[in-house]
Amino acid sequence: MYSPAIIAEAMVNGLLTGAVYALVALGLTLVYGVLHIINFAHGALLTCAMFAVWGLSEGLGVNVYFTIVPLAVVMFGVGYALQYWLIGPASRGEDSNTLLVTLGLSIAIENALLAVFHSDTRTLSGDAAFDVVELGPMLLSRPRLIGFGVSLLVALVLWLLLTRTDAGKAMRAVAKEPMGARLAGIDVRHIFALTFGIGCACLAVAAGLLLPTFYVTPRVGNAFVLVAFTIVVLGGMGSVPGALIGGLLIGMVESLGGLLFGESLGQGGIFVIFILVLLLRPQGLFGARA
Amino acid sequence: MLEVRGLSAGYGPTQIIRGLDLDVAPGKIVAVLGANGVGKTTLNKTLSGLLPIQAGDIRFEGQPLGGDAADILERGLVHVPEGRKIFPNMTVRENLELGSYRRAKVRRAANLEKMFVQFPRLRERSTQRAGTLSGGEQQMLAIGRGLMAEPRLLILDEPSLGLSPLLVEEMFALIRRLNAEGQAILLVEQNVVQSLEVADTAYIIENGSCSLSGPASELAGNPAVLSAYLGLEIGDA
Ligand SMILES: Nc1ncnc2c1ncn2[C@@H]1O[C@H](COP(=O)(O)OP(=O)(O)OP(=O)(O)O)[C@@H](O)[C@H]1O
Ligand SMILES: [Mg+2]
Repeated sequence: MYSPAIIAEAMVNGLLTGAVYALVALGLTLVYGVLHIINFAHGALLTCAMFAVWGLSEGLGVNVYFTIVPLAVVMFGVGYALQYWLIGPASRGEDSNTLLVTLGLSIAIENALLAVFHSDTRTLSGDAAFDVVELGPMLLSRPRLIGFGVSLLVALVLWLLLTRTDAGKAMRAVAKEPMGARLAGIDVRHIFALTFGIGCACLAVAAGLLLPTFYVTPRVGNAFVLVAFTIVVLGGMGSVPGALIGGLLIGMVESLGGLLFGESLGQGGIFVIFILVLLLRPQGLFGARA
Repeated sequence: MLEVRGLSAGYGPTQIIRGLDLDVAPGKIVAVLGANGVGKTTLNKTLSGLLPIQAGDIRFEGQPLGGDAADILERGLVHVPEGRKIFPNMTVRENLELGSYRRAKVRRAANLEKMFVQFPRLRERSTQRAGTLSGGEQQMLAIGRGLMAEPRLLILDEPSLGLSPLLVEEMFALIRRLNAEGQAILLVEQNVVQSLEVADTAYIIENGSCSLSGPASELAGNPAVLSAYLGLEIGDA
């Protein structure tokens, strides 16, 4: 069949892509874990970030990787403001309202993007996408290697934030015991907004890492979020290490599936896993039993 | 230090506390007693800013008390809630650290050490997840988390709830110890006899306001109070 080298290369490539998937999933799982809501605008916000990267890079000629930090700051601010002034107040403590608000937001964003950019597919010009690095017998894509490294770095920073800083500890406290948190002087509304902002900042980083090898359309975010949602379920809803491991696993499954069954069926493997997890271990790999 | 005048409060339109008056003097223990469901916890939640004031006013150290829970905590009114409300997913140490999230943060390390001296059990368990502690340990942790904010006034809502008789004794000993160091305490309890023993003054709540108040020693000797109150307790059990 396939030589071990080809299979190894597919697995490594899958891991590389999976790390960026994990980044998208991290934002989703963090917001779920702390606010207990599924942010249906996650995909649309990712699309926005990807258009921003594309615009900065093509329009102003900024190196893609230099867009990441400023864009992450902007997306953090956008996310913070959205949660603090729109999603939070509009939901009035009802989770079903939150669902409608984030869904509405995603529809609004998507249509605004469609109106401006139409449904054309855009990519970065230049041939950075074909940059390869030789690693032993394997040829690996340089942008994907960078994506892998940066994603792991972001995951590490996030983990340090959650375990070492007061803000991160407050996020974990609010996640499980909001009343106790309020009595400790933690401003829950601020912490919710902070969490949402961090989730959006993850998307900005993911956008900068994806664009060199991917295209952008007004609906592109949804595909990633579907995968990210599978990762969140696989890793355990709200689990940060779960999202990371889940992302790497899903990346590999997709890549191997693509190799063995053809590109179009590669993603099928993801959904088989999704169903299997729901059947066999609904709490996910790292999730607590309900 | 705490003056409550004509306070009304509750949930949404429902009024639970109706025109309640209450005073806590510096360095004193004030016991708030009353049958299940009369609104003792509701009163505490209103004092600590979890519930809005519907009418009346609260003054704390001479200034009106209001705003959200964080502002109130910042002024030194610390509420250790009924049911502990510790952070189950976090370690004992992290729980204590978050006690000084908004107040006394600069003295966090020193106060943490103080807590470990006060509660040696918590030191042993400092890296254990708080959710896996025993009930008694969780109560100690809840109080320790409250003390980390260096309270001017400490509100304890049923600290002996669910503890074995031995631990209840320990809890009251702790309350005495804290008070001996000058800590003002507002104590809500079901343990009428022991509460009246440690308290300086006591209030009996009925129908959302104070039906009786006075020096704890006097109330303890008032057979009418005790029989009425204990009668209710037995009836509810
Ligand atoms: N979140 C809430 N929403 C509406 N009503 C509530 C709420 N919490 C408590 N109540 C009602 O308020 C009344 C007073 O409750 P509260 O918890 O203050 O009583 P308590 O005196 O602390 O009782 P216990 O001794 O059992 O702790 C009760 O009738 C209760 O049903
Ligand atoms: Mg109560």
